[in-house]
Amino acid sequence: MIQEFNKIWKKYAIGMLWLLGLLWPLLGIHPDGTLTFQKTFTVWGYILAGTLVFLFFYVANQGGQLKFVTTPIDGVRKSIQVLVKPFPTWVWLLVLFLIAVIYPQMTGRYATDVAINVLLYICLGLGLNVVVGLAGMLDLGYIAFYGVGAYTYAVLNVSYGVGFWVCLPLAGAFATVAGCIVGFPTLRMRGDYLAIVTLGFGEIVRIILNNWMELTNGPNGILGVKPVSILIPVFENGFSFEIFWVKKLQFFYYFALALAILAIIAVNRLHSSRIGRAWESIREDETAAELMGVNTFIYKLLAYATGAFFAGLAGAFFAARMRFVSPESFTFLESAMVLCMVVLGGMGSIPGIILGVFALIVLPEVLRDFQSYRMLIFGATMIIMMLFRPAGLIPAKRVGKRSEEKE
Amino acid sequence: MEYFIQQLINGLTLGGIYALIALGYTMVYGVIQLINFAHGEFFAAGGYMGVILLSYFSGLGYMETYPVFCLTTSFALSMAYCAYMAIGVEKIAYKPLRKESRLAALLSALGMSIFLSNGLMLTQGVYDKAYPSELFQGGFNLGGMVTISYLQILIVSITGTLLVGLNILVFKTKIGMAMRATAQDKTMSALVSISSNRIISLTFAIGAGLAAAAGIMVGLYYGSVRYDMGFVPGIKAFAAAVLGGIGNITGAMVGGLIIGMVEIFGAGYLSGEYKDVFAFIILIAVLYFKPTGIMGENIDDTRV
Repeated sequence: MIQEFNKIWKKYAIGMLWLLGLLWPLLGIHPDGTLTFQKTFTVWGYILAGTLVFLFFYVANQGGQLKFVTTPIDGVRKSIQVLVKPFPTWVWLLVLFLIAVIYPQMTGRYATDVAINVLLYICLGLGLNVVVGLAGMLDLGYIAFYGVGAYTYAVLNVSYGVGFWVCLPLAGAFATVAGCIVGFPTLRMRGDYLAIVTLGFGEIVRIILNNWMELTNGPNGILGVKPVSILIPVFENGFSFEIFWVKKLQFFYYFALALAILAIIAVNRLHSSRIGRAWESIREDETAAELMGVNTFIYKLLAYATGAFFAGLAGAFFAARMRFVSPESFTFLESAMVLCMVVLGGMGSIPGIILGVFALIVLPEVLRDFQSYRMLIFGATMIIMMLFRPAGLIPAKRVGKRSEEKE
Repeated sequence: MEYFIQQLINGLTLGGIYALIALGYTMVYGVIQLINFAHGEFFAAGGYMGVILLSYFSGLGYMETYPVFCLTTSFALSMAYCAYMAIGVEKIAYKPLRKESRLAALLSALGMSIFLSNGLMLTQGVYDKAYPSELFQGGFNLGGMVTISYLQILIVSITGTLLVGLNILVFKTKIGMAMRATAQDKTMSALVSISSNRIISLTFAIGAGLAAAAGIMVGLYYGSVRYDMGFVPGIKAFAAAVLGGIGNITGAMVGGLIIGMVEIFGAGYLSGEYKDVFAFIILIAVLYFKPTGIMGENIDDTRV
């Protein structure tokens, strides 16, 4: 343990001194022309104490002092693996599905609300995964398609009274068209040029939503979007249908669950299809893919369209869920958030993305008690996660022999 | 015509500021191929240091007696502060990830951006912070409706000085040569005993220093700073860097000026509400016809 500490304490001390130098001008220089040190040292002391705890655990873990904790955990993991093995995967998927089905019955309104958020973001994350994880194109304006989907439903519903189930495919279609519009001119670009152009498109969509008063009611947003409705057969006085408004969060949860499962199945099937292979080949080497007869233009456009389609569907659900849309929900930070979910979980791996979504939705909810500190902790967690697991929580398994090679 | 000239002056001011921020993006990108999302936060931190130092000096009463000294010191200290910040940020969040995929570093940068802007919010408050208002009132009347304020003269001259200084540093000195060598090929420059770590730190420091100067000037120009002020100018400056051809220093200056001009002229002649859209439309249009930017060289297959 001492050895490990010796390796790291210098870096740590320099880092903390750096932080002190960073904090003091912000906290210690006052507009009345005085300099103080008290507050700086208090804040710094708290941070020092907090990080020391982490440092202790890190060093202890490195030095094998925490074996009494890690060994049982490893044992548990192994016994779980032994338990899991005898049953095929579908049994466990079924169990997960059942848990998801009974979840809202067991928990309260708040937990259901968070779960709906998770499900919608799973759909978004999987859509973005098609673009970033499979086709390898960095998209920083993905949330724009979510916005297009949400506004499609909100505008059609409030202004023209169109129902949810008509709007849902329309939302998907409009988002797909938007995806093609973005995709078409950007296909010639690669790497970071693509990133900035998608970012630009995302901002353009947001600004248009913000300023087109006649259609979108500008920054005030659109209020009074109708919830999802379904027809229920009624047998009184003969046979007829009655409109049932899904206002209760529990029922809406099941629709979101259906959407998420649909997205999971679709992306899974796409991944192992000819199209998915084509995307992966483009990701690995575009020139080689083209030489092998992959029509890169069509497939890249298709990746954009597919990603946008899922985002559009999720957007329509979002509008029906919140019953209110405003441009505030579709900022760059949201795009960054979805991208984080995909990369944090592990690009190209569906279980990874689901875990990433869980982590990034649940973490801020857990941190809600810390109020103003939560985004600070969130940012720090992102950095730490990337430092320790840069390939994501559950990295995607790559097919073929090249998986051992490192680029 | 008068209106046009007035807009030209405004555009030059704004464009110069964008150019200063864009330089940081483009230099960092040139050396380690990373979009440094935290760069906008260096800019915001510079603005905050400016307001802290200037109000400190005016609290001491130096503002009336030695205005030049106060201003120079504030600029110098803020730039030094942001350079110091950037060096640490690079060492903590980017250096360990240099060998990993570029997306990992990108997300680390995003996390750093969130962290820093929230750190600024927690230490400095959620509300706007006003610059001492007695600074630089008035301006020259250039005949008719056209005025150029003292502040604009100051901004344009400081921007010009910094840009010329940077050009001399990068293209005329040994350090600049080392920077360019590292940007071209890290292994080869290491063979001729250029320490790439040191050069990367230096690049971050210079970029952040320029951003800090831009931050103070924006604070002076608009009168106040806010903890999230780094975001939108950051994106636009990044757009400017890409427009000029990312990695290219002259390109970043040209791109910054173009974005600033487009924004001001778009707001002045077409529509104020859509001013941000024009900058991006120009960007997309230029990249459509010349995917490497105005002055960029052909980058080879860089992937996610």
